[in-house]
Amino acid sequence: MNKLKATRDAYGDALLELGALRDDILVLDADLSRSTRTEWFRECYPDRFINVGIAEQNLVGMAAGLAMAGFIPFATTYAIFVGRAYDQIRQAVAFGQANVKIVATHAGLAASHDGGSHQGNEDLALMRVLPGMTILSPADYHEAKQAVFAAASHPGPVYLRLQKEPVPIVTAPAQPFQIGRAQILRHGRDVALIATGSLLCQALEAAAKLANEGIESEVINVSTIKPLDVTTISGAIERCGCGVIIEEHSCIGGLYEAVAGAISARIPCRLASIGMADQFGSTGDWQELQAKFGLSSQTIAEIARQLVGVSNPPISG
Amino acid sequence: MDDFNQNSLKTTACAIRRLIIESIYKAQTGHAGPSLSLVEVLTALYFRHLKLRPSDPDDPTRDRLILSKGHAAPVLYATLAQAGFFPVEWLDSLRKLGSPLQGHPNVGLVPGIEASTGSLGQGISISLGLAIGLRRRQLPSRVYCIVGDGELQEGQNWEAMMATAAFKVNNLTVIVDRNGLQNDGATETIMPLGDLSAKVESFGWNTVEINGHDFNQIDQALSAVKINDRPTMIIAHTIKGKGISFMEGIVKWHHHPISSEEYQHAMAELE
Repeated sequence: MNKLKATRDAYGDALLELGALRDDILVLDADLSRSTRTEWFRECYPDRFINVGIAEQNLVGMAAGLAMAGFIPFATTYAIFVGRAYDQIRQAVAFGQANVKIVATHAGLAASHDGGSHQGNEDLALMRVLPGMTILSPADYHEAKQAVFAAASHPGPVYLRLQKEPVPIVTAPAQPFQIGRAQILRHGRDVALIATGSLLCQALEAAAKLANEGIESEVINVSTIKPLDVTTISGAIERCGCGVIIEEHSCIGGLYEAVAGAISARIPCRLASIGMADQFGSTGDWQELQAKFGLSSQTIAEIARQLVGVSNPPISG
Repeated sequence: MDDFNQNSLKTTACAIRRLIIESIYKAQTGHAGPSLSLVEVLTALYFRHLKLRPSDPDDPTRDRLILSKGHAAPVLYATLAQAGFFPVEWLDSLRKLGSPLQGHPNVGLVPGIEASTGSLGQGISISLGLAIGLRRRQLPSRVYCIVGDGELQEGQNWEAMMATAAFKVNNLTVIVDRNGLQNDGATETIMPLGDLSAKVESFGWNTVEINGHDFNQIDQALSAVKINDRPTMIIAHTIKGKGISFMEGIVKWHHHPISSEEYQHAMAELE
């Protein structure tokens, strides 16, 4: 596989570049700057960095106020703590249409050894129901870096979901990142593998396995969860007749339900979900946890085979 | 403040009270009690202290007021209308379908409304971010945030108070509407605040306690904050429902429709 890099590192690096380009960028953190990589920005631009302390509600409220004064605040914490400031995000940021960027690292199972209490598998659901919230979920270092720049240029609230652990680089650095645009990374006619974030690389691995068995997958990278690129996604699913939706997030309220909700009225198809079942995470290595909860290329391939295998189910009486 | 200025503010305050009663009566819904307790404070702010021009509500150099206790929207709407931010007739549409005047303030629809508030506890954080931002922009603007005493039960206020002191923000003033009542009863019975001044001062704030219906005391406190080098909390002791005899100090008037008879009585008292 390609070189491994974490998307949180992309955030740290992108902020350094953004800080040099624009003086209206402010970075806020709730005392996790070493882990979220905002520490790198703090070291370079100490007067544009604010540690609000362990206080996520104030983090978001202050960010809304700073946006009202014309700044572009990046309010940063772990995905799990986003829920802690949900009402503030709802009222002060989304309802108030504040130009705030909320950046959440350690999404999904990535806070692995911290245990289930720290694993944020609900954040996409929380953010999706907020009107006007743009939700970005980049898959690798290159894409995450571009997503940070795109978020800064996009007027209005943005939620950016990032990972702790290094993942393979699967997108091309030259590929332009556009909010609201999904990318077809592999063409196929048998099954659509629709993936976001950390599991895109697993989807590509699964596609390679399936190809050896004669099953051709179309692999789609959904790096904007909202607004969803319904055209690209429904096109792939329509071509294949079935799709597997893959995310390191609860099966409830995330990409699976976003896709199902958007296309069910348009095209007849069969969809399967790879994500956290309706349960909390646990402790262990990230990869061990991914395997335990079925978030792996093996499971993706298995589900895809089942979908393809039952593409013409017998009519039951 | 001389008698002329004080009498002029009193006349304005009376007009604002009439607008509050009228708009809530016409809506048959709304928070009269927590609006009436703030009339003198808002009158002193909008007609004497805030640097604002109703003809240019987006002037970047303006002072900002954030009404964290957003349920008191009727007093803010009435004051803004009285000050000329929008036509007084808008008040007749309070809380009605299609009106810009929702039950709680929301930004973008009404000239003079700075923030969407009413989910309690958020105003100081927003004001703090705004105050820091304005100072970074080297603007002379000051930020005033009005919170209720019951609202201080929300923990976010305390996060924001600590941060305001830590970041040495002195262009932010918080005014507490200390009327002693909340939705379900007496604030000190439901969740005692204890010695609020001592608590807040221990974080590094200045505090001052005033009679929130006395224009001289309000005026002195608001003048003092402009020269303080620390953030100030003005604890304004007020009476919920102030100015309407049958509403004063009565819990139910936190949020209650006004009958036709009550409306007549109230307006007669405000002549």
